[in-house]
Amino acid sequence: MTDRRRLAFALMALTMLLLLVAVAALFVGSAGLSPRAVARALAGRAERESVEAIVTLGLRLPRVLVAVLAGGALAVAGVAFQGLTRNPLAEPSVLGVTSGAAFGVVLAQILGLGAGVADALAVAAFAFGGALLAAVSVYLIAASPGGLAVQTLLLAGVIVGIFFSSAITVVISIVDFNRLGGVIHWLLGNLAPVPAGSLAVFAVLAAAGFMLVLRSARQLNLLALGEEAARQLGVDAERLKRRVFLAAALLTGTVVAFTGPIGFVGLIVPHVLRGLIGQDNRLLVPTALVGGGVFLLAADTLARNIVAPAELSVGVITAFCGAPFFIWVLRGRPLRPA
Amino acid sequence: MSALLALHDVGFAYPQRERQRGRRFSFDAVSFAVEAGEVFGIIGPNSAGKTSLLRLLTRVLTPARGEILLDGRPVGTLAPWELAREVAVVPQEAPRPFPFSVEQLVMMGRFPHGPGRFFETAEDTAVAREAMAATDTLTLAALPLEELSGGERQRAMLARALAQQPRLLVLDEPTSHLDLRYQAETAELLRRLNRERGVTILLVSHDLNLAAELCDRLLLLHQGRVARVGTPGEVLEQSLLERVFECRVVVDKTVSGRPSVQLAFTAERR
Repeated sequence: MTDRRRLAFALMALTMLLLLVAVAALFVGSAGLSPRAVARALAGRAERESVEAIVTLGLRLPRVLVAVLAGGALAVAGVAFQGLTRNPLAEPSVLGVTSGAAFGVVLAQILGLGAGVADALAVAAFAFGGALLAAVSVYLIAASPGGLAVQTLLLAGVIVGIFFSSAITVVISIVDFNRLGGVIHWLLGNLAPVPAGSLAVFAVLAAAGFMLVLRSARQLNLLALGEEAARQLGVDAERLKRRVFLAAALLTGTVVAFTGPIGFVGLIVPHVLRGLIGQDNRLLVPTALVGGGVFLLAADTLARNIVAPAELSVGVITAFCGAPFFIWVLRGRPLRPA
Repeated sequence: MSALLALHDVGFAYPQRERQRGRRFSFDAVSFAVEAGEVFGIIGPNSAGKTSLLRLLTRVLTPARGEILLDGRPVGTLAPWELAREVAVVPQEAPRPFPFSVEQLVMMGRFPHGPGRFFETAEDTAVAREAMAATDTLTLAALPLEELSGGERQRAMLARALAQQPRLLVLDEPTSHLDLRYQAETAELLRRLNRERGVTILLVSHDLNLAAELCDRLLLLHQGRVARVGTPGEVLEQSLLERVFECRVVVDKTVSGRPSVQLAFTAERR
């Protein structure tokens, strides 16, 4: 099968899966609506103020969209960081980039930024700044003339992550707690419905990050051979690294700004895909976008229903999946090309 | 002038920080030219600067002084992919965390011919398969690199370089990981590529006898300077080698009439 057909096939299968999970997410929930009521609301035949319309269109549908966007963006960021660092364990939360973005968001909240469209952009900008700062720090700590050693990179990520988490704690301790309403809850990583205007900002920023990584996908393949080899094959390595760094920080920062720090999506999804379709970043980047959506939406649907009527944070679910997965990969799961 | 590659008065030194890590030497006024169609070998003791010289040619390092011309054009003015269409490098082994297949690896050699493309074209595939046929790696196409033997991996890397359709093929220690049989095969393959396709070959080796057998001309590098350039017979001369390598040698002739160098062990075992 050619790469093109393999990609089309994988995307089709994943999109079907995504639709299935989305339907499940729309039809189940603690409100206990009947399937018929949900269908009526989706078809636009329910009263505007009816329970089924508010729950389905006002709560569940926006939340589905946020989950799909956030999951896709995080998985693509994972592929980007893995290609950039030539390290299969690299991922936004493992590298401490998520914590950096979270620190940016906490700063933005001190400034009293709210939920309007302009404010959403500003919060995303703060998160982007924090993510970029963390990513560059990790890279500079870990880089040596011999390249990036796997262990050094992971340790650098842990250190930077701890630093920014501590910084967040300091800020929370100093600042009047009421001004940071809900920040603790947010720090667990939660998918809440986002207003339409902010959702559009989210989508545009995520799309920009995705396009940048997608455009770099072929060159990321060459970078996997090492920086020197990539240059000798005609890749402008410095420019490539800068571009992918920016894109991955943008994706991570955007997600954190709108949902809080959710970990391990960028590790789990790309790895499952690597096992299924191989190492070619041109196939991984687009399938990670859809696959990440599937994974986070499934995790969030679980989070909403597993302890109903209470709710778990989706970040808890992904961390519970991610921790054993990380160990599995660390213990040297053999990777094979498809 | 028909020189494909020319170095004029090239000087280079690693920055202080890297010198402390053991990269101590520097280049001083290195000049030589590689003619189109020849097999040119760079030899010299360990850390004479052989590999760094290759890095200068492929622009991984930038010279502090002097000029490096490819077909009359300074390499510094070429875009990375323009250079990679002319010059292909077969490196010594490199670590690879992601297991690409042989075919995927060879296809990467097509990047400089369409850096803006997302997928390779049918023509790219045809060139890649031809390169694999020339290096006898077609049957390995679907295998991941780490399942190959040293000789097979070397051939796969060579196929990737050929897929670039370069005019100058640069090899860094092409036989360092190979046993005798694969050394002979690689040498034969290089000779054939040079003769049948007119590919100019520049190879760096510390194997003096292989270099003598393969190359039309040799350059002996010593402490960042050119000690001598010429035919193998002119360069592999006993007194010169003894001075550069700081040991006693005997220079003999092989059946093919090329010089062959051996260590002069004294017979004083008692």
